[in-house]
Amino acid sequence: MNVDFSAEELAFQEEVRQFLKEKLPANIAEKAKKNLHFEKEDFVTWQKILAEKGWAAVNWPVEYGGTGWTSTQKYIWSNECAKVGAPGVIPFGMSMVAPVIYGFGNEEQKKRFLPDILNSNVWWCQGYSEPNAGSDLASLKTTATRDGDEYVVNGTKTWTTLGQYADWIFCLVRTGGSEAKNQEAISFLLIDMKTPGITVSPIYMLDERREVNEVHFDNVRVPVENRIGEEGKGWTYAKVLLTHERTGIARVAQSKVALQGVKKTASETNDFGRPLMENPAFAQKVAELEIDLLALEYTELRTLAAVSTGKAPGPESSILKIKGTEIAQGIDELKMEVAGYYAVPFLDEQFDIDFDGEWVGPGSAANTAPTYFNNRKTSIYGGSNEVQKNIICKAVLGL
Amino acid sequence: MDFSYSEEQQMLQDSIAKFVQNDYDFDTRMKLVKSETGYSEENWKLFAELGWLMVPFSEADGGLGGSATDLMVVMEEFGKGIVIEPFLATAVMGGGLVAAAGSDEQKAELIGGIMEGGLQMAFAYAEPQSRYNLADVATTARKDGDNYVLSGHKAVVLNGGAADVIVVSARTSGDQSDEEGISLFLVDAKSDGVRIKSYRTQDGGRAAEVHLENVSVPAAKLLGEEGKALPVMNQVINRAILSICAEAVGAMEMSYKKTVEYSKTRVQFGVPIAKFQALQHRMADMFIEHQQAKSIVLMAAMKLDQGGAEADKAVSAMKSRIGKAGRKIGQESVQIHGGIGVTEELDIGHYFKRLTMIELLFGTGDFHTQRFAAL
Repeated sequence: MNVDFSAEELAFQEEVRQFLKEKLPANIAEKAKKNLHFEKEDFVTWQKILAEKGWAAVNWPVEYGGTGWTSTQKYIWSNECAKVGAPGVIPFGMSMVAPVIYGFGNEEQKKRFLPDILNSNVWWCQGYSEPNAGSDLASLKTTATRDGDEYVVNGTKTWTTLGQYADWIFCLVRTGGSEAKNQEAISFLLIDMKTPGITVSPIYMLDERREVNEVHFDNVRVPVENRIGEEGKGWTYAKVLLTHERTGIARVAQSKVALQGVKKTASETNDFGRPLMENPAFAQKVAELEIDLLALEYTELRTLAAVSTGKAPGPESSILKIKGTEIAQGIDELKMEVAGYYAVPFLDEQFDIDFDGEWVGPGSAANTAPTYFNNRKTSIYGGSNEVQKNIICKAVLGL
Repeated sequence: MDFSYSEEQQMLQDSIAKFVQNDYDFDTRMKLVKSETGYSEENWKLFAELGWLMVPFSEADGGLGGSATDLMVVMEEFGKGIVIEPFLATAVMGGGLVAAAGSDEQKAELIGGIMEGGLQMAFAYAEPQSRYNLADVATTARKDGDNYVLSGHKAVVLNGGAADVIVVSARTSGDQSDEEGISLFLVDAKSDGVRIKSYRTQDGGRAAEVHLENVSVPAAKLLGEEGKALPVMNQVINRAILSICAEAVGAMEMSYKKTVEYSKTRVQFGVPIAKFQALQHRMADMFIEHQQAKSIVLMAAMKLDQGGAEADKAVSAMKSRIGKAGRKIGQESVQIHGGIGVTEELDIGHYFKRLTMIELLFGTGDFHTQRFAAL
């Protein structure tokens, strides 16, 4: 048992630091530093830079363009990226549909879709949830009826994150009759968003930003060749995808950076003539979160180590989802508390790069409440934390 | 022992409840939030006509009595509709300061205006560096002949953009955090040297940064005794805290009840999610939190009406408890609603936002827990 970095790993860490220092575009670094809003171009620009270096697809097998990194290297990478605030990977293409395509797609599909994901030429979104199928995803009702060489898709998908930018959507659809057992009549389809019959309507989040959408399908014709794997096996593929969705969700590296940020801001915040960080009640809350995070970091390392020996991430990844979101949400609460009165103003426009008006509040204080409100989603999405506990009960505890 | 409302309080509650139910639905509120003024002047006139703006004032000042329990009744009902009209800033804080410290002339000039609905007020007490310390006042007021000259920056002034008259706390003597040497001034918002940057707040209201640069204020606009403002400020902030805590109780009640209703209609895995015991217990906890919150607000209102040294301690106990309860009920309501709970589309997220902001105003839970322990 050893958690120290080897000489090679330390050299890799240095290489990563140099790369980030040289290649992260200045305007993106500035946005990260000031907590400004990232735009679509920021994500795409950065992903293309990574693709050029061969570092875009951290978790893919080498044969498809993955890095082939060890779990330690991946750990180093995510920590260093978080430190400089590099834009995260938009997961829908890279982390969600890609593993399904290289895992279950045919050669033709791999050739057709994977390079554009790797190079961020195509923006993907996810068509899973429906208005009446949330936690109970298997009750989805969007239908795909076979008509010659095509499926005709009808229904509504919801919570489609950043779907307003998407070129393609991957969908779970019902291909069997309604009498079929729920999960055995579901297929996995890739759909071009430009296909006639698709409309996208915005849903505004509590921070008043357009982050998610409803996607409506009205007799949308999809070639059968866009189906991944066998008809009726979509649920099996989707389950693999959902486990992948859960591993990145611990967000340990980001939480570590965020907690450092809380400490720094609280040290600079006056509380009755002393730094807020010296207020024992506040310091205690920071320490408790830090301890919780330390435990989670080692839980994540254990999971990564297991994955690197060839095991698929199992139900343990539910721990990462639950604790990761609870800790991150706790940090959001602290940030807001540090901001105090200056968490109250709603000044969304202040966090656009081209804002040139009068700045209100210290640093990004006015961004703390919208972040807190928005991140309440994290314990709801990706399988709500309640669903994660059900998984633990069923798959681990045998209840 | 009697916790029942008087006949007058019952009528007051009924009339506000009727207003919130019939004239203040969620869509109406959201239109007001995004309107130019940020509230409805028509509603404000109605509040005046129905006598609600007279509630915070004593009979001697022409009001309805001004008890803390009356205030509690009003604010709890407002909380159910998360009413954004500036009752707190104008009637409770601005009017409260005038009533507590004003001369007969000042009262005659301002309180009537508030009660008739023609005058908007704000209380500018916080500063960028002050956090929750009312005595941390860097804004200065320098005597210059028959005038005072005010300079400084007041932070997050509720209703600062709409206020005709802003009560400004400024230092006439002493060091920045001395308890002595703070004075209050009635500043006309249109005075030379006053610059106001108004903005929306996270919970749908309005506030402003108020910048004062050599603002000349006639000595007649000094409110109360020079240098002795802190106890008056504390007394009025206590009533402001009671007001938002009562409002929180109303918001919590709606939030948990709407969540219970939603859980009965939302079907997943073939049953309403209300059938899951894991959720049932959490909703039972929300109900308990609401009941506890209601109790402690009632306690604090009665202590405030009794006056005396116990009032501060009671107020801090209340604010501490309300912070925790509001956070719990707000978060759980959103979580049990699922995705729809984190959208602008549904009222549940807006109750959550208001409850969150209430925790940050006039001192967080930690601040008041520590103050409670120290008193």
